[in-house]
Amino acid sequence: MEEILEILEDNARISFDDLAKLTNKKVEEVERIVKQYEKKGIIVKYKTLINKERLKEERGVVALIEVNVTPQKDVGFDQVAERIYRFPEVKSCYLLSGTYDLLLVVEGKDIHTVASFVAEKLAPLSSVKGTVTHFMLKKYKEDGVVLVKDEKNKRLAITY
Amino acid sequence: MVSERVEKIPPSGIREFFDLVLGMPEVISLGVGEPDFITPWRIREKAITALEEGYTSYTSNKGLQILREEISVHLERKYSLSYHPDREIVVTVGVSEGLDLSLRAILDPKDKVVVISPYYVAYPALVELNLGEVIYIETEEKDGFKINLDKLKRAMKIKPKAIILNYPSNPTGVTYTKEELEDIWEILEKEDILIISDEVYDELTYSGKHIPFPSLKRAKKRTVLLNGFSKGYAMTGFRLGFACGEEKIISAMTKIHSFSMLCAPIISQLAGREALKAQKEVSLMRSEYQKRRDFIVKELNSLGLSTHLPEGAFYCFSSIRKFKLNSLDFAKRLLMEEKVAVVPGRAFGKIYDDYIRISYANSLDNLKEASIRLGRFIEKIN
Ligand SMILES: Cc1ncc(COP(=O)(O)O)c(C=O)c1O
Repeated sequence: MEEILEILEDNARISFDDLAKLTNKKVEEVERIVKQYEKKGIIVKYKTLINKERLKEERGVVALIEVNVTPQKDVGFDQVAERIYRFPEVKSCYLLSGTYDLLLVVEGKDIHTVASFVAEKLAPLSSVKGTVTHFMLKKYKEDGVVLVKDEKNKRLAITY
Repeated sequence: MVSERVEKIPPSGIREFFDLVLGMPEVISLGVGEPDFITPWRIREKAITALEEGYTSYTSNKGLQILREEISVHLERKYSLSYHPDREIVVTVGVSEGLDLSLRAILDPKDKVVVISPYYVAYPALVELNLGEVIYIETEEKDGFKINLDKLKRAMKIKPKAIILNYPSNPTGVTYTKEELEDIWEILEKEDILIISDEVYDELTYSGKHIPFPSLKRAKKRTVLLNGFSKGYAMTGFRLGFACGEEKIISAMTKIHSFSMLCAPIISQLAGREALKAQKEVSLMRSEYQKRRDFIVKELNSLGLSTHLPEGAFYCFSSIRKFKLNSLDFAKRLLMEEKVAVVPGRAFGKIYDDYIRISYANSLDNLKEASIRLGRFIEKIN
């Protein structure tokens, strides 16, 4: 991946100034390149990775849902998938190889909310043959970042 | 009680400053001579497994056969250098021990050893502990801190027994091209001198390719190549290195090592074997350092701390001549007033009191915050 994208993927809040210094480019050039990525839809959105494990307040529940579907003639899985990923409760939706077809990440305020989403919205779809819901108990690592443990370097503050 | 030779080594005037830094919480330290990365997980995991499997014994003095073989293959693959794993490689407790062994193996009292300044602090101390005499060749900012060939020729008149080279260099980050090394070798080849080449930062070379000294034509026989896992692999705490050279000198070094150290720790040796396979992790760390270098050098120059672009290692050797403070006062005030630590240049040679060493083995966030504080400090003293 291009260097600018790599840096932004790790830190979306970096300034154009710093980005230019890190990549040995002019500020204007970096700005132009980033705008291009945005226009082409390569950069879709800048978001923040929140460690909800550390949030004291109510943090809702996350469920991974395996879905088995009947593909539709001609359009295959895409149309069925669209019926499903359009639900605002569905945060992510992937088509997988293996024993089931779609994997959904669904968030809700509690178990009941997710359960009723499955029972009332997802399962009734005619192309859905079956679902298996897994509630997430703990996040250890997300997007390459370990969430549960601070790994600090233990070196001395000054050495030759 | 303490021997004359130990008494004679001047206590580091910087020690007091180091203690000051170590006693101060919440310092942003640009004074650290080791990676801020923790050893890559696959290497740590190997060490854990080694313990679980009960690898807790001595190894052969030379080091584990399998590790020496892998080091040999690594040097062949990376630099087309061939060292025989049984006769020309000894595994050491860091480059530090390799340095000591090579000096102990060759020095008789009053033998002379050339050290290039600014130098890594262990060089002169180890020469003196081994009863040798240090001949300094001082490099200057105007030459980009590279060795001046006339000075080198002049130093040869004193008939030194050895010269210690170090590139990429601590503290300047300077490294040499093949042509520059050939010019140096042309002078050294004519002399009866052993080259001790400390290349512990070889993996951290940013522009061009690292050229090991023994890879120069006919130089291999005359060189002891020292390297290790501390910097490139972020394994300082494992204390693992190796020395390569002619059978005669390596076996002399191994003889000393077999009495004074016995062997390098087996767990570290097994981890080191895994490390040689972790080239991807090494290159990720290298590109991270390079980004930080590009960032910090621009910051420093724009703050008026004139700084050469370091081509390797993770240090900037920045000039503070403008500010009318010597390096120790500069560092002390910067520490007290802005809680940023750097190493005063005088630690690397008396005449470098107009410089500070800045280590960019630190997170970008810290480097940024440190530059803001440096800026504030400079405004104040200017
Ligand atoms: C130039 C140089 N040589 C040798 C060493 C020591 O390395 P090791 O950890 O392998 O003993 C260092 C560490 O700072 C260094 O900067």
